[in-house]
Amino acid sequence: MSIATVFEIALAAVVLGLAIWTIAVPDTYSATVGFIAYGLLVALIWVRLDAVDVALTEAAIGGGLGGVVLLGAAARLRDTEAMTTEAPSLIVRLSAAILSASIAAALAVAILLLPDPAPTLAPEVVSNSGATGMANPVTNVLMAFRGMDTMLEKVVLLLAIVGVWSLASDQAWGGRPGLRHQADPNGVLAFLARLLPPAGIVVGIYILWTGADHPGGAFQGGAVLASMWLLVIMAGLADTPPVRSRWLRLILVSGPGLFLVVGLGGLCFGPAFLAYPVAFAKPLILGIEVAMLLTIATTLGLLLAGAPERSAE
Amino acid sequence: MSVVRDIITVAGVSAGVFFFFAGTVGLLRFPDTLTRLHALSKADNLGLGFVVLGLLPQTGGLRDGLKLISIWMFVLLAGASVSQLIARTARQSGSGK
Repeated sequence: MSIATVFEIALAAVVLGLAIWTIAVPDTYSATVGFIAYGLLVALIWVRLDAVDVALTEAAIGGGLGGVVLLGAAARLRDTEAMTTEAPSLIVRLSAAILSASIAAALAVAILLLPDPAPTLAPEVVSNSGATGMANPVTNVLMAFRGMDTMLEKVVLLLAIVGVWSLASDQAWGGRPGLRHQADPNGVLAFLARLLPPAGIVVGIYILWTGADHPGGAFQGGAVLASMWLLVIMAGLADTPPVRSRWLRLILVSGPGLFLVVGLGGLCFGPAFLAYPVAFAKPLILGIEVAMLLTIATTLGLLLAGAPERSAE
Repeated sequence: MSVVRDIITVAGVSAGVFFFFAGTVGLLRFPDTLTRLHALSKADNLGLGFVVLGLLPQTGGLRDGLKLISIWMFVLLAGASVSQLIARTARQSGSGK
């Protein structure tokens, strides 16, 4: 058995153990911390499967920003948790276990019943990759061959932010999300928030740019930019923008909007919705990705900041 | 030459693993927040430093090497700052035991 195999078996065992621990542990905070560690280890599994694009997204969203959202939720739930100490009844727990086990069994059967070799579109994707002028097959699939899915995904992000904003009280509607953060202006956090963003912004833009030919892209770069923005907000160097702000809403719709415009252009002047003219495929896709980078970074930052809680003044 | 490079890699990564192991033992065994942070910073600073040092001979060129070193620098910066913040919060809330 090679070292790599031993490592993979150990990794799988630790991930399964963490998953069980996350479910079994009684308090929300510990479960959240377990889930964050689980997300980071699952990112390692994606790396072992040579799916570096997925690994980047899993580490940034599953381990990073998703973890922070859950930590915030756990902190808010802490007051109510003390009151709900009684465990669910045996029947509820038993039916939940049976439901989970049958879903797992159905998935296992589906995988085991796959014909060998499994049906795949991968060779077709690789043979058509020259059509867009980009070498990264994942970007080709996301932006060109299955562009519709990616566009709808960005619309879902818009719906998510509308959902979060809808939780605001009537007085705070249109105001600034979250509390005003106060930090020592000469403290460590303010120092980090001044030092890190210039480098972080370069890294975020680099991840977007390199996504054309290597693993990377708007989602991963946007997550880096969002974390830089949140760092500055948490250090008290900037405030969250009021959600009624016109430019903020413009940025939020710019990514899906540009995608839609380019898609309709393909319908009017080309063969189909979202069909890029071959000569302009690369610049068009990069243009959409730049707009999406801004939209994703702003959306992720605002999702973490939460519902408006203060008036804009 | 490739044997020399491999030896440097094995030595560097092994030293890194040792410091990560020591840091984890400290995290599990040390009695309070401040000493546990102290153990963790060993893993961040020295452990990752040795792993990066060990991986440097395996990189394809200067660009990849600089990327590895900058990852280490970013982790140092973030780790040191966050440890400081955790330590300050622990001391202020009186849970530093």
